[in-house]
Amino acid sequence: MRAYVAAIDQGTTSTRCLIFDHHGRMVSVAQHEHAQHYPQPGWAEHDAAEIWRNTLRVLPEALADAGLSADDLAAVGIANQRETTVVWDRTTGRPLARAITWQDTRTADLVEDLNRGPHADLFREVCGLTPAGYFAAPRLRWLLDHVPGLERRARSGEIAFGTMESWLIWNLTGGPDGGVHVTDVTNASRTLLMDIRTLDWDQRLLDALDIPRELLPEVRPNAQVYGECVVGLPGVPIGGAFGDQQAALFGQTCFEAGEAKCTYGTGAFLLMNTGDQIPTSEHGLISTVAYALEGQAPVYATEGSIAVAGALVQWFRDSLEMIRSAPEIETLARRVEDNGGCYIVPAFAGLFAPRWQPDARGVVVGLTSYVTRSHLARAVLEATAWQTAEVVEAMAADTGINFARLKVDGGMTANHLLMQSVADVLAVPVERPLVAESVSLGAAYAAGLAVGYWPDLQGLRDNWHRAAVWEPAMSDALRRRERAAWDRAVERTLHWVHDDDVAR
Amino acid sequence: MPGSIQSIERAAVVLHFLGALSEPVPLGDVARMLALPKPTAHGILRTLCEVGFVVQERDTGRYALGTGLSRLGEALDPHLLRSRAVNWADGLAARTELEVQLGILTGQSVEVLHHVFRPDGSPQQLRVGELQPLHATALGITLLAFSPAAGRLHDLRLPAYTPSTPVTRIDLTRVVQQTFRRGWVLTDGTLRPGVAAVAAPIRHHIGIGVGALAVVGPRDRVIAAAGEPRAGIVDQVVAAADAISVHLQDRL
Repeated sequence: MRAYVAAIDQGTTSTRCLIFDHHGRMVSVAQHEHAQHYPQPGWAEHDAAEIWRNTLRVLPEALADAGLSADDLAAVGIANQRETTVVWDRTTGRPLARAITWQDTRTADLVEDLNRGPHADLFREVCGLTPAGYFAAPRLRWLLDHVPGLERRARSGEIAFGTMESWLIWNLTGGPDGGVHVTDVTNASRTLLMDIRTLDWDQRLLDALDIPRELLPEVRPNAQVYGECVVGLPGVPIGGAFGDQQAALFGQTCFEAGEAKCTYGTGAFLLMNTGDQIPTSEHGLISTVAYALEGQAPVYATEGSIAVAGALVQWFRDSLEMIRSAPEIETLARRVEDNGGCYIVPAFAGLFAPRWQPDARGVVVGLTSYVTRSHLARAVLEATAWQTAEVVEAMAADTGINFARLKVDGGMTANHLLMQSVADVLAVPVERPLVAESVSLGAAYAAGLAVGYWPDLQGLRDNWHRAAVWEPAMSDALRRRERAAWDRAVERTLHWVHDDDVAR
Repeated sequence: MPGSIQSIERAAVVLHFLGALSEPVPLGDVARMLALPKPTAHGILRTLCEVGFVVQERDTGRYALGTGLSRLGEALDPHLLRSRAVNWADGLAARTELEVQLGILTGQSVEVLHHVFRPDGSPQQLRVGELQPLHATALGITLLAFSPAAGRLHDLRLPAYTPSTPVTRIDLTRVVQQTFRRGWVLTDGTLRPGVAAVAAPIRHHIGIGVGALAVVGPRDRVIAAAGEPRAGIVDQVVAAADAISVHLQDRL
């Protein structure tokens, strides 16, 4: 009896394997971190070969931890860091350059040219995205321009491109010896190359970036058997793949239009299911594919990203040295009743959704001799709450759907004060599910659906259990006053960077 | 120095010596400076490493002061404890299908530091921040048994919440001592009639109790017909509390 499903979570800092039972309960986890390479300021790279080696280590470790063998697994699914770009040689199986990660900013100029060029509207129209350094295709273009011989060999079909799920699936299914070269619709929707309606590569977009089609993987639904593992988990079908944030949306079982989740990590990502609608955002949000099941119409989502969430706590810990560990911020913040009039807006790299002001920089305002580091700690946590509120408002304005509640996950949900603040400023209940590993669970769900381990979406919904609810407890008057103060603080971040400043 | 214990004295000298140097030092230097034979110096250093007061560099084998010493006067941060406990508490709730509470000692009460709902979809209130009486809860009795600070609570008041609440010092001492021996406690309707709980200690640094982990639920879902906890519950609670304890040592 194949009683379990595995998920590979290929993340920014580590690769993990998690095994789940039929109730969606985690039975084991294994993890290995990989090196972060920063060869130049603004560059951030991973060694794809190291990530593949780590994958081959975590699979048997997770099985051994639970006393299982590959024969106990009905399927394996993959969730991955989105937009991280790798190219490899189809014959040798070796990566041809370090993978360029989603944090890397080297394509900023290329993207700026793209946005000034004739194709900017075409990108927006076809793939639902405004070109940004964030997405994969500009990174692929950069590699074609800078890796010697790559462009020529790409056109002859010797080379493969992929994001991390493509790289892992190709290797798991045999690599040079019959490896399957596929991607899923959610990862493909973050390249800038996929038509968000047809769910296939669009030749006009490929032409605009001059990317040879021979490089590209085939775009597949999220829950479908792509192939069978020949290494790692021999004989186990690979039943699904997902970009991490869409995986979390699926893992939180947000299957109906209007259902939303926010994952609080280094950054925070709020995704709302919009059903069969592709909202065109007037408020700086991104349209993306939520999921596509085999033989069914795709389901879309709108996404708002908060660049600095947990990262602000890390800054408070590492740069200001106010606390020794991130959780201690709650202890510090609890020493006072309120923020003492102090607000922090972490526009470290400009303001992101929904404002998109690249010339903004962070501020700490409202300082008086009354303000202590405890008030600053409050202001750090409230910054994440208010940024969530801004994204929620933008979504409501775009879609006309008002949130009745918000599902949350991620490491920062352990911060009770933060979660209470989010409920207070949103004025809706905030709910945490019992399984905090929503990303991995989403990948496992997709794989399990593909092989019939779970019968349908309703079966998955039954696995979702509420572990905590934070009810809003702030008066309307106080919320309005605090919101007005936050807005004034945000105004003070604007237009800080001048053209004659040294870039920083 | 009449009455002084030589090995403690020597250990203190080693600590002062290491504390005076900015770089890790090899065993030979420690032995030479203290005019001790190498095996004696090595024995002292090994023991100090085991209790976390000294660390040995893996590559060079040299010794330096460990963080255990500088953190001696500090209490464990409660929110660090919660953040380390979250995944284990979730797993415990998923497997036992009971509500999970993590409590710490605050004044003369248990403070609920973390709370996981019973995973059955029923309406429940988040109890984080709630204060509960020490003598009438499984969390509290566990803290009384294992927390060093709780041993000094001589003036603890013992009001009755139900007929089962231990209200005499003798009754309370008996259940606390039994808890200390067994490493867990079962309470049956001591705070609210019909509600039972099983708790075990979360320990830090050679066994000192810093918190308690409990499953709480309707009597018939916690207690079997014979009056003992239902099969597996004690093992699950103790295993989760021990896993959190181990995880605490990892990081500190």
